[in-house]
Amino acid sequence: MALLTACDLSIGYDGKTVLKNVNFHADAGDYLLIVGENGSGKSTLIKTVLGLNPPVSGKVIFGDGLLRSQIGYLPQQTAVQKDFPASVREVVMSGFCGAMGLRPFYSKKEKEEALENIEKLGISNLSKRCYRELSGGQQQRVLLARALCATKKLLLLDEPVSGLDPKAAFEMYSIISRLNKESGITVIMISHDINSSAKDSPTHVLELGKECFFGTKEEYDRSGRSVFKMYGGEENG
Amino acid sequence: MAESFKLLAEYLKLPFVRYALIVGVLVALCSALLGVTLVLKRFSFIGDGLSHVAFGAMALASVLNIMNEMPVVLIFTIITAVLLLKTGQMAKIKGDAALAMISVGSLAIGYLLLNIFPPSGNLTADVCKTLFGSDSILTLKATEVWLSIALAIIVVGIFVFFYNKIFAITFDESFSKATGTRAGIYNLVIAVVIAVVIVISMKLVGSLLISALVIFPALSAMRVFKNFKAVTICAAVLSVVCTLTGIITSILVNLPIGSTIVAADIVAFLGFTLAGLIKRSVSK
Repeated sequence: MALLTACDLSIGYDGKTVLKNVNFHADAGDYLLIVGENGSGKSTLIKTVLGLNPPVSGKVIFGDGLLRSQIGYLPQQTAVQKDFPASVREVVMSGFCGAMGLRPFYSKKEKEEALENIEKLGISNLSKRCYRELSGGQQQRVLLARALCATKKLLLLDEPVSGLDPKAAFEMYSIISRLNKESGITVIMISHDINSSAKDSPTHVLELGKECFFGTKEEYDRSGRSVFKMYGGEENG
Repeated sequence: MAESFKLLAEYLKLPFVRYALIVGVLVALCSALLGVTLVLKRFSFIGDGLSHVAFGAMALASVLNIMNEMPVVLIFTIITAVLLLKTGQMAKIKGDAALAMISVGSLAIGYLLLNIFPPSGNLTADVCKTLFGSDSILTLKATEVWLSIALAIIVVGIFVFFYNKIFAITFDESFSKATGTRAGIYNLVIAVVIAVVIVISMKLVGSLLISALVIFPALSAMRVFKNFKAVTICAAVLSVVCTLTGIITSILVNLPIGSTIVAADIVAFLGFTLAGLIKRSVSK
């Protein structure tokens, strides 16, 4: 059974439907890229999958024994975080909260795991620094480390490279791709500026719009609607 | 100087002065702990709004001739706090506007009620006392002190027990919700606790000055410290120190307690701002 399945899902907010009858699924180990124009409902879709927005109709089914507390999420950054006094370690550790239930404090194992995730993302040297003083790319890595504390199975990423310079974006994409290939974490990612560095990683594509497309990367490329084509020219030239 | 100490020792023998100090410390501690979360969540004004609601409820209670007004005030304030935090995210009227509306509305209605049905002879003095706290902290009864102690223990207990979750939700509510933390319940707990703290602190500084207790220690601590734990601890300690200084000064020099405490908080804020600037320029 698929890790995550969306059945005839219609989504929206404030009583407005933005997208009708979306169907897709993600199996363990997949890397699903969600593309679509601004306002096509990408973020709303992710929020609906996460249960932050109720679906207008249809449903999202978790398979393989996946629990809500086993999902990692990289949201878009909020205004609150701009002046929040928090150390990198505090932010990363907070990824465990969802799975802790009523237990008030972090266990020793969780503390070690947090350090491992900090190391995995190459930010060990920053662990005592203040989150708000880091660069955009560093902050995204911290939030990704936090998401890793919350999951070993499924990561949902909402525009992980927005606002990053090309180099930081490239590094972010390679980290995500590495997590997918080496750690076997299923990735569902929204992105609208797919650059050439990221175009080989996804295994599946979901394009939102008037007519949605869902299929493997190969099918998408053959379908003639591929967004990657736009970048093909750049590569050759 | 020695004179003052002697005078202070003399005052400390009086039970009502000791009561005032105990309650003052507890209130300072609780409000500072919550203040950090409120300031970061952009809810600084909630203390102000709720205290005005508490004023309205107090007026209502005295018009209705209810002797023990604390429970009435507590219930009203808790309900308002819950409604404000619940609807804050989705209401048609946005959080700050709703708060301003409720706040000024209950202040006006409260004062109106007191004027239409005057409960005692000296209305102006009564209102002034409720708004600015004046000396009512020196009129605390032993039962009120015990009630405050019990409430304070519960508030600090809840804060310590849920510390990590409060951090997670304050920092990023959608992440917390998405990964399985039941943020709604924690927001509810925070709302109830805020209401409780507001009601206990009304006696101390009066309803117009409560937000100072909530906001100043957190802001001061944030000038200097850069992680959540340090900010929280610093805010709590600073708040207790400022409140003690304020109460003792006001007793010795014979000033209104509430405003003296707030003045101490302001001085501390200026000091911490300066310290923050120095720290930053040194590290550069």
